[in-house]
Amino acid sequence: MTAHDVMDGEVLRAEGLGRVLQGAVPVTLVSGVTLGFRPASFSVITGPSGSGKSSLLYLLGLLDVPSSGEVLVGGAATSGLDDAARTRLRLAVFGFVFQFHFLLPEFSVLDNVMLPMRQLGRLKGVAMRARAMALLDSLGMADQALKKPDALSGGQRQRTAVARALANDPQVVLADEPTGSLDTRNAAAVFAVLAGLAGEGRTVIAVTHDEGLAAMAQRRIHLVDGRVVRDGPVGNAAVRR
Amino acid sequence: MMLPLSIAAAHLRSRRRQTLVSVLGVALGVGVFIAVTGLMGGFQSYFRTQMIDSNPHVTITDEVRQPAAQPLAMLHPRAAVAVARILPRDPVRGIANAGEIMAALAAMPGVAVAPTLRGQMLLRRAGRDYAVNAIGIDPVRESAVTTLSRDMRQGSLEALGSRPDGIVIGLALADKMGAALGDTISVATSAGGESALRVVGIFRTGLEQLDTGQVYVALNRQQSMQARPRVINEIHVKLADISRSREVAALAEGRWGYKAAPWEETFARILEVFVLQNVIIYGSTGSILLVAGFGIFNIISTVVSEKARDIAIMRSIGMPRGSVVATFIVEGIAVGVMGVAAGWLLGGAGASVIETFPAPGSTDGEGGTLMVLQSPATYGLAAGIALLSSVVAAWIPARKAARTDPLVIIRGAT
Repeated sequence: MTAHDVMDGEVLRAEGLGRVLQGAVPVTLVSGVTLGFRPASFSVITGPSGSGKSSLLYLLGLLDVPSSGEVLVGGAATSGLDDAARTRLRLAVFGFVFQFHFLLPEFSVLDNVMLPMRQLGRLKGVAMRARAMALLDSLGMADQALKKPDALSGGQRQRTAVARALANDPQVVLADEPTGSLDTRNAAAVFAVLAGLAGEGRTVIAVTHDEGLAAMAQRRIHLVDGRVVRDGPVGNAAVRR
Repeated sequence: MMLPLSIAAAHLRSRRRQTLVSVLGVALGVGVFIAVTGLMGGFQSYFRTQMIDSNPHVTITDEVRQPAAQPLAMLHPRAAVAVARILPRDPVRGIANAGEIMAALAAMPGVAVAPTLRGQMLLRRAGRDYAVNAIGIDPVRESAVTTLSRDMRQGSLEALGSRPDGIVIGLALADKMGAALGDTISVATSAGGESALRVVGIFRTGLEQLDTGQVYVALNRQQSMQARPRVINEIHVKLADISRSREVAALAEGRWGYKAAPWEETFARILEVFVLQNVIIYGSTGSILLVAGFGIFNIISTVVSEKARDIAIMRSIGMPRGSVVATFIVEGIAVGVMGVAAGWLLGGAGASVIETFPAPGSTDGEGGTLMVLQSPATYGLAAGIALLSSVVAAWIPARKAARTDPLVIIRGAT
C-alpha cells in the first residue's frame, strides 16, 4: 500500500475501476485501478498510446460509466447516480481541459469562461463577470477577453480553456493531453499553470505522453494495457505488482 | 439571458443567411395561409350573407315529413306495418290554414311572415323557352322577409302591386333572354295558364341560381296562372335573430305539422360544400406551413451536426440534456416567431392587395371587389400551426443532440 491509497482526506478515489467496451470482441480499456487523490496535488497519468490514460481520466471525471468498481467523490459513491446527477456533480466539482480547446466560436473569450458559471447559476451578473476577468487576468488573458476564439493563438485558446475549467472553482481539474496541440513553449506555460493550480489547493490530474512535462508534476501514474504499473512521486514511482 | 437562449441566439446570428431563408419560408407559409383562407372566408361569408338575406330564414311548405298514420297501422299498433306511396286525397295541395299560421307567427316578437305560391313557369322569348321557378308574392310583405327590394337593379318590386301583369326577373336571366325593363314576355304554366307579362323589375342577388332561375309575380296572378285560387304553398319567415331559425322551425312544424325548414337545412348542401372547401384550403395552406417546418428542421439539423463538439463540451462541463434540447427548441421557436411576425405582415398586405381585385362576375358594372375575411382567429391559427411545426422540426434534431454521448465526440476529436 502506498501513501496514495489512504482514503482519509481524499477528494477523489477510484476503487477497482474497470471499463470494458462491449462488442463482438470486448475491449478492456481500464482494469482493476485503485487510486486516491488528495487536495493540493498534481498528478500525471502516463503510458503508451492505447494504454487507457484518457479512459481512466473520463471515468474519474464521471464522463464515462465504469463497467466495474467505483468512483468516490468526496467519499461518496457515484455508481448509483443517474445522468442528471452525474452532470450536476461534474458542473460543481470538476473542471475539464481537453487537447482541443472546444471553445464556442460564436462567444467571446469572456463569455466562454462565463458559460459554466451561467450554467451553475451560483454567481450573478457583475460578480460572474468579475470572476471571469480575474481568472483571465491570472492566466495573462485579460486583454484578450473581448476577442473571439478564432482571433487567438493556440496557447491563448488553451489558456482560455483552462480559465473556463476553473470558472466554478472546481476541487478537481482534469486535463486530457492539454498540451497535445501546442508548441513546446506554450505547452510548458500551460503545464506551469496546472502546477500552480495544485499550489492553490486543487487536485490536478493530467494525461500526457510528454516526459518533460510529466516531470513538472508531483506524482506519476503509469498505465500499461489499462492497468497501473507504476504509481509514486515523479522520478521515483513505485512499481506495482 | 438564460444560457440556452444566448447559445440559440448566437447560433442563429452566426448563420444569418440560413436563418433568413428559414424565416422567409415560415413567413411565406403564414402569409399564404392568411391570404388564401381569408379569401375563401370572405367568399363564404359574402355567399352566406347573400344566401341568408335573399331567402327566408324559415320556409314553411305544404309538405309533411312523416305521412299521417294510416288506419291499418292504427288498428294494429304493435304490428310491423308499412304503407308505401301514400297520395293526398286532395290533389290541389297547399297550406290549409295559412292565415292562422301567419297570424300566429307574426304575433311572435322579431318574426315577419309573407305568403307565397311557388310553381313552375315557362318563359318564352324569341323562340326559346326558359324554365324557371315562379314565386307569387305580396310585394309589400315579401320585402319584409327578404332583401329582394334592396337587390333591385331596375324597376321595383312594389310595381307588382300596381301592375297585375308584371314580372320581376333576375339580371342574368334578362341578359340570357335579351329582355329589358318594359319588355313583354310570354309565359305558360303546367296548369295551362298562358299570358303575356311585362318586365317591371330586374334584380341581382349575386347568386347565379336565383338570378337565372327565379322570377316573381304578384300572388293573385300566380294563383290564377297555376289554377290554384286562394292557395299558398309556402310561408316565408324572417327572423330578427337568425340563430333562432332552428328553434322557430321546430316550433312551427311541431304545432302545424307542415314541413318548416330553417335556412341551414335549405342550404345544407351548400354549407357541406363550404366544409369541404375549408378542408381543402386549410389542408393545402397548412401543408405549406409544414413544408416551412422542414426548412427549420434543416437549419437545426445542420447546426446540431456542425456543433457536435460544442454540444459535447457543454455536456461535459455540466449542461444537462434538457438544456441542450431547450437550446435547439428555442432556435426553432425563434425562427417560427420571426416567421410568424413577418408572415402576419405579408398576409395582411396580401389580403389588402387582393381586396382591390374586381370580383369575378362584377364586370357588369356592379363594382364589386374580392372580399378577404381577416379575423384574429385566422392569424392565430396560422401562428399556431407555424409555431407547432417549428417546435416539432426543432425537437427532432434537438433530441438527437441531447442523446449524443459527449465522450464519443471528445474521443473522436483527439
